[in-house]
Order: sequence, then C-alpha cells, then structure tokens
Amino acid sequence: MAFHTRALLGACAVAALCAPATAETLTIATVNNGDMIRMQGLTQDFTDKTGHTVEWVTLEENVLRQRVTQDIAAKGGQFDIMTIGMYETPIWGKQDWLVALDDLPDSYDTDDILPAMRGGLSVDGTLYAAPFYGESSMIMYRTDLMEKAGLEMPDAPTWEFVADAARKMTDKDNEIYGICLRGKAGWGENMAFLTATGNSFGTRWFDEDWKPQFDSPQWKETLTFYIDLLNEAGPPGASTNGFNENLSLFQQGKCGMWIDATVAASFVTNPDDSTVADKVGFALAPDTGLGKRGNWLWAWALAIPAGTQKEAAAKEFIEWATSKEYLDLVASKEGWANVPPGTRTSLYENPEYAKIPFAKMTLDSINSADPTNPTVDPVPYIGVQFVAIPEFAGIATQVGQEFSAALAGQQTVDEALAKAQALTAEEMEAAGY
Amino acid sequence: MATQHSRSAARIMMAPAVVLLLGWMLIPLTMTLYFSFKKYLPLRGGDLGWVGFDNYVRFVSSSAFWPSVQTTLIIVGGVLLITVILGVLLAILLDQPLWGQGIVRILVIAPFFVMPTVSALVWKNMFMDPVNGLFAHLWKFFGAQPVEWLSDAPLFSIIMIVSWQWLPFATLILLTAIQSLDSEQLEASEMDGAPPLSRFGYIILPHLSRAITIVVLIQTIFLLAVFAEIFVTTQGSFGTRTLTYLIFQRVLESQNVGLGSAGGVYAIILANIVAIFLMRIVGKNLDS
Amino acid sequence: MARAVTTRRKALNTLIAWSIGLLIFFPILWTILTSFKTEAQAINDPPLFLFFDWTLENYAVVQERSDYMRFLWNSVIIAGGSTVIGILIAVPAAWSMAFVPSKRTKDILLWMLSTKMLPAVGVLYPIYLLFIELGLLDTRVGLTIVLMLINLPIIVWMLYTYFKEIPGEILEAARMDGAALKEEILYILTPMAVPGIASTLLLNIILAWNEAFWTLNLTAAKAAPLTAFIASYSSPEGLFYAKLSAASTMAIAPILILGWFSQKQLVRGLTFGAVK
Repeated sequence: MAFHTRALLGACAVAALCAPATAETLTIATVNNGDMIRMQGLTQDFTDKTGHTVEWVTLEENVLRQRVTQDIAAKGGQFDIMTIGMYETPIWGKQDWLVALDDLPDSYDTDDILPAMRGGLSVDGTLYAAPFYGESSMIMYRTDLMEKAGLEMPDAPTWEFVADAARKMTDKDNEIYGICLRGKAGWGENMAFLTATGNSFGTRWFDEDWKPQFDSPQWKETLTFYIDLLNEAGPPGASTNGFNENLSLFQQGKCGMWIDATVAASFVTNPDDSTVADKVGFALAPDTGLGKRGNWLWAWALAIPAGTQKEAAAKEFIEWATSKEYLDLVASKEGWANVPPGTRTSLYENPEYAKIPFAKMTLDSINSADPTNPTVDPVPYIGVQFVAIPEFAGIATQVGQEFSAALAGQQTVDEALAKAQALTAEEMEAAGY
Repeated sequence: MATQHSRSAARIMMAPAVVLLLGWMLIPLTMTLYFSFKKYLPLRGGDLGWVGFDNYVRFVSSSAFWPSVQTTLIIVGGVLLITVILGVLLAILLDQPLWGQGIVRILVIAPFFVMPTVSALVWKNMFMDPVNGLFAHLWKFFGAQPVEWLSDAPLFSIIMIVSWQWLPFATLILLTAIQSLDSEQLEASEMDGAPPLSRFGYIILPHLSRAITIVVLIQTIFLLAVFAEIFVTTQGSFGTRTLTYLIFQRVLESQNVGLGSAGGVYAIILANIVAIFLMRIVGKNLDS
Repeated sequence: MARAVTTRRKALNTLIAWSIGLLIFFPILWTILTSFKTEAQAINDPPLFLFFDWTLENYAVVQERSDYMRFLWNSVIIAGGSTVIGILIAVPAAWSMAFVPSKRTKDILLWMLSTKMLPAVGVLYPIYLLFIELGLLDTRVGLTIVLMLINLPIIVWMLYTYFKEIPGEILEAARMDGAALKEEILYILTPMAVPGIASTLLLNIILAWNEAFWTLNLTAAKAAPLTAFIASYSSPEGLFYAKLSAASTMAIAPILILGWFSQKQLVRGLTFGAVK
C-alpha cells in the first residue's frame, strides 16, 4: 500500500516535471447568482483552452460564506478557488490564507481593473482576489410613476427628495409602494444598506478608539428616518425583504424606487424577467449634504486558498474568468447587458457597452465610494458598508436583527440602538479591543 | 434464568454499538470541553491560550442567552403540544371506517418525507410571503390585510412549519396504538351508553399514554436540534433565536470557537435536563 | 336502520378525513404544481391551480445547472449505506438487550438515546478538524459514518422495542428442543423480526436522507447529496418560485415515492414499543 502511494507520487512528480500542464480538476465554491451561473454555463470554453475541468459547488450566499469561512479557518482544503467578497479578502489576505495574485501575466492587464476594486481586494498593494464583478449601490426608479407624481429625479438626489417622492408615489390600494429597501437581518443585507446610508447621515460604527457609536444622535436620526420611510411608503413585510425579495417586487412593478446593488440594473431592465423593463431610470444614491453618499462598494472575487495542490491551474482559471476575453465571450453569447459589470476600465471605455442605459451610473457610483475614507468623521477602519475586522460579520448580523425587529415594530428605535450598542461593546471587548 | 454463557455472548453482541457510541460521544465532547476553556478565534490566529471559565461566564451573561433558552423551550413545547393534540384527533379519525383509508394515510404522512430545508423554503416563499404567498392571496380574497407571518408572528410561523413536518410521525404512532385497542372493550362501553367524551377520557387516552410518551421523547430529541427551519426563514431575528442557533452564530458567524464550545456544553446540559425529565416518565412507562 | 346510520357516518368520516388529508398534503401538491408553471404564472394573482400552460422548462433549467443524478446517487449511497451498516451493528445489540436483559439494559438504552442530544453545531468544529486529520472531508465514507452514528441510537431503540414483543415462550420452546444460539437467531427470531427491521430500515433512510446539517457542512463537490443540491436554489436573483419548486420536487420525489410504496412496512414497525 505504502509502496503504491509512493510509486504514484513519484510518477506524479515526474509527470509534473515533464509536462507542467497536467489536466487538473478544480473544485470551485461559488454563489448562486446570475453572473456566476452564467459562468458555469461557459466553463466548457475554459476546459477547451486549458484541459482542466471544473467541479462547481454552488451555494446560496449565507451558506457559501459559512462553508468557505469554516473551511479556510480550519484549513480544510476542500476548495481550490473560493468566491469571496471585499469584506473577507483583506482579512484573509493579511493572515496569508490566500495566494497572492501578483504574478499574473501582462496579457491579463491587472492595471485595467478599476482602482476602487483593486484597492478593496488588496493588502498593502498586493492583490489577493480577482474581481469577477463589482458593484456599488444606486437608486433605480420607475420613470412613469415619478412622472405621475409630478416629480423629476435629479442625477444626485438628497434623502429629503427621495423620502418625499416615495410618499407621493405610494398607492397601497394598487400595491404600489414608493420605496423598497432591505430590511432582512444580516450583515450583508439590511446592515449593508444601513451602514452605507448611515455614512451619508454622518454615522460611524466606531470612533478612533474603537468605541461603538450607536448611542450617537446620527444613528438615531438614520434609523428613525429609515423606519418611518418604510412604514409609510414601503411594502408589507419589509423587515424580511432582502435583495432577492425586493428585486422580485420591483420586477413585478410594485416598487416606485429601490436603492440597491448596481448589478440589479441588468435584471430590472431585462424584458424576459421584468414587467417594467422599459420604465426604469437610475440615479446616484442619496445624500444629506454632508459630503458622503449612501452608496456602498462590493465585489464578488475569486481567490485561491493557500495550500491548495492545484495553484497553477487555479490561477489559470482566475485569469480566464476575470479576463477581458471572458467579457467578450459573454457579450458574444448573451449580449453586452449581461456582461459581469464593474471590474475593468476597458469595459467602460467600450462604445458598445456605453450604450447600456445603466453603464455610466454604475461607474459613477463605484467611483464615488471610498472604502479608505468612508465616513464624515474619521474612523479607524476600512470599508464602506462593513468594517474589515473578523468580528464584524457576527456583530453586524446581531445588530441587524435588532434593527429588523425595530422595523417590524417589535421594539422602539431607542431600544434597538441601546441593544446594538451593548452587544457591540460586549463583542468588541471579547475580541480584545 | 439466562445462563452465564448467554450473558457474555450478549455483552459481546452489544459491544460494537456501545463502543461506537461511546467514542462518538466522548471524542467530540472532550474536544468541545477542551475548546471551551480556550480563547480560540480561528480568524485571529487560532489558539490564543487558556482562559479558564471566561467563555462560560460570557456565554451566560450575554443578553441573548436566557431569551434563547426560552425560545428553545417554546418551540419544543409548542410543536409537541400541537402534534400530540392534532395527532390524537387525527389518529382517532383515521381509525374510523372510511373510504380510501390507505390514500388518506398516504396524504397525511407525506410531510414527514420532506427535507426540513425544502419545507422551510416552500412555506416561507410560497405560503407566508406577504405579497406573493398563498396566504396573502387568501387573506386578500376575504378582504383582510395580509399577515406578515415571519415578522409579526415569527415563533408561531416556525412552530407551524415544524409541526407540519412532525404531525405525520405523531399520527402514525398514535394510530398504531389506537388500532391495538381492544375493540370489544370500546363496543361494550358504547353499549353501556358511555358518552363519546368519557369513552375518550377513560379508555382511549389512558391506552394512548404510552404512545404519547414515546412521541414526546423521540420528537424532543429532534426538536431540540431544529436548525434549518430557522436558518431559512428568519435567521434568528424577531426572537426566534434558539440555543442551537445562538451557538451557530457564535461558532460560525462570529468564528469564536471557544465561546461557541462553552455554549455547546450548556446545550448538552439543557438537553440532559430535558432528557432526564423525559426518561423518568418513559422509564416508568417502559417498566409497566 | 343501523346500517344506514353507519353508512352516513362513514360518509361523514370520509369527507372530514379526506379534507384534512388534502389540507396536510396541499403544500407538497402546490410545490409540484408550481414546478410546471412559468415564473410569471407562479406568482400570478389570483393564483393558478390547474389551468395554466404546463411546462417542463424549469426541470430542464435545473438539470442544466446542476448534475442532479450525482447528488441523487450520493444521497442514495449515504442514506442507504449508513442505514444498512447501522442495522448490522444494532441488531446484535438490540437482540441481546431484548432477550438477555440485565439490570443495566434500560440505562444503556437511555444513555444511547441521550447521545443524540449532543448539539451538532456545538461539535462541528471538533468534528471538522477530526475529518481533516482523517482525510474524510467531502467523502461518502465520512458522511456515511457520521449519519450512521447519529441514527444508531434510534435504530437500536426501534429494534429493541420490536424484539421485545417477540414472545419469550417461543424461544424457550426452541431451547427445550435443543436449538443452539445460532439456530435460535437464524430460524426463529429472524423471520419474526423482519417486519421490525424493514420498518427501522425505512425510517432511518428517511432520517438520513433529510439530514441537512452534517451533509451540508462536511461536503463540497464529490460527496454532496440532495440537501446540498437544494442549497443552491434557495434564493437566486429574481423570480424563482417555479425553479425552486422544480428543484424541491426533484429533491423530495425519490424519498416520497419510496415512502409511499413502503408505507405499510413502515407503519407496521413504527411503534417504538408504544403498543402493548
């Protein structure tokens, strides 16, 4: 038995020396959203080019995060490539848990990646994950309903305008709700929205001494504004609505406005899925005149866990999936509107792509988000809608549950904020801040 | 009565099961105990040294602890109550002469075959969704305001989903028990003119007590571990965080293995309190 | 006269029982129906029951996106394997508990059940590390072992209660005739125990099939069963009721069909000693 293993290993080593391009089977963990599923459909192109085959582990977002975090923390080595976000990348990169992507070939053109994306996925200038698609958040609104309400959406509206418009567009008898916002608890759901929105109201998670700030008047203002707005102009069950639920509502024509990920633009303008495809306008996320807008910055990116046996093949895959050629491939098969957005400068310079109605607004939104300087007052952390420390996901999900309960009317804004403050302080103390 | 020979044979025959379960209990338990005395944060470099009982103190003193114990007991108790009461009624009904008994039985046991994840997804999206769910349509049809099930009545909704899954199990066991009831005894009491209710109270219910204890015992074991139904529907918001879910948040969402392990030890203690309580009753019933 | 009353009562019983049965079954029926609709029809207001354009499109989409057969095969192997191994280990144990009881038998039995109370999330990390150490992550063998251990107490308990119902006199008669232990088991007990074993087998296949914590957390691509399959459909972008329904139907259909075909066997032994 032992002899056999060694003989096999020997053979492998020799083979590896003789032909470095042995065909490998890569195991890739990914999230079940449209762009990723499209990539799975195109995998054959990668196999044809390199000889490597791919086994997909496609999971719902929450399950995916739980699985990949568990695996990388325990060094399970189950995946050769993981789909992770802008939150995980700097934390894991700093721990040397990811393979640095600093030796990609010139043809890959790393400099072409949008600076905001590249910055968010790097640690000290070294790229640790390659963005597959990038997003910010913006307002998507119904042009017909806006007109009916006698209003005109500016390119860069204020929260005051948005709140007013939402109330005027609401027509609950006909199931038209002025504004749909995330209310479902989770650090990547309602807290992504509320943290980014808070930035425009002057809130922050921590002061420079890492003291939680939920007792500040700004947080109270933000949360009160959000809850009042959704109660008056939001859909029923707002406290359980996440990205997907709101997308579905918007596509059915039940939302007047929706502030959410820029990637949603291609879904709400796709006539196959959306009943309002030709009546959608776009605007920057609102502000309150304090100098910060309420939009976030996020990327789903591909990273290689350190210690994988198949590093070379994994890099080949990442080069393929995040290359300019891949964008062309998708464009040729599914049209430019379905290309994964928000990663490359060259895409936005492409005249074909510029014809897409939401292209410019997406780029402007991405460019107006600054993870290194996200808030009005100074903060010790990086990240617009998150705080890039390992404890954040756990804390923010619990805070999100308190806010969600407040939205559902089960507790007051003050109670929710007091609980948020207490539990954040408790967890930060446990983490040793 | 049994010979020495058969006693030792019996011991050998029991050995594999006992040894395996002992290992399955002791190895994770020891490791959990070990982690529970450590500051163990995988995302902060792993093992950060011994901390004594810090994790235990922190877990209990957290504001989420007692509510989670309460939620656990409400969910377990609620589901047991619903499944046992409806199970008894359903079993009595199915025991009556009726056409197509076999098919009705097939319909009734079907939910037991559905995976918890699937049933939670189906209930959440296709029934309880306040806009597109069937309940919302039904409510609107009668001119009522649709209920926001998962935020307005979250515990009730989860209890309902879980009860739907476990009602078949309770019904089946109770039905088998009713069918074993001596029908002559029932008929005799009917002849004596005993009203249905006292027949139920004096003959059927005592006869079922043993079956009910079994249902309660087996279901409790599974209900204490309810997870998928909460993960899919509310993710622990709106006061639906059970002890199991709280531990999940500590271990997986916060990646605090030490704290979560201490929580695991508490969960084991809670489970055993419930178990001792139950087994007293079951044990008594097993003797009779 | 009496006959007429019975018939009327029977009709009433039938009506009530069928209504309740259909009510309980309705969520499954609705899922199956929705799986044949288009996404737009799935959220139609008012809801469409039977009169829509039946389509198989959702099944095609689901099959194209994930290799259903592989998940199914993993489920079959893991659920079946863990149950069969569990029964092989449990039969001798349950037999000796039932026929050679000692003072501690009941304690052992209750202790076995109590191991099921170990909260899975609490021990995930230790088990995960152990699995890495043993190279069992994402293997069918590893999952089979875990599911076998999880269900072993239930298997032992079910078999024990069933064996106990086998009258002792038969055994004594056989012993008087000079039957050896082996023959006693082979020719007398086994035939009587078969219904109980069959029912135990079925119940545990169902439990193992539907186990969604370990199967999800200890697998990636190679050993992932249907519980992992469904985790990739839980909330994709946009309208997904029809696709979710198709995936759900595919995930539960095999076990539903098995359950229905074998419900007589399942029910016969599903007493846990409740009948006396």
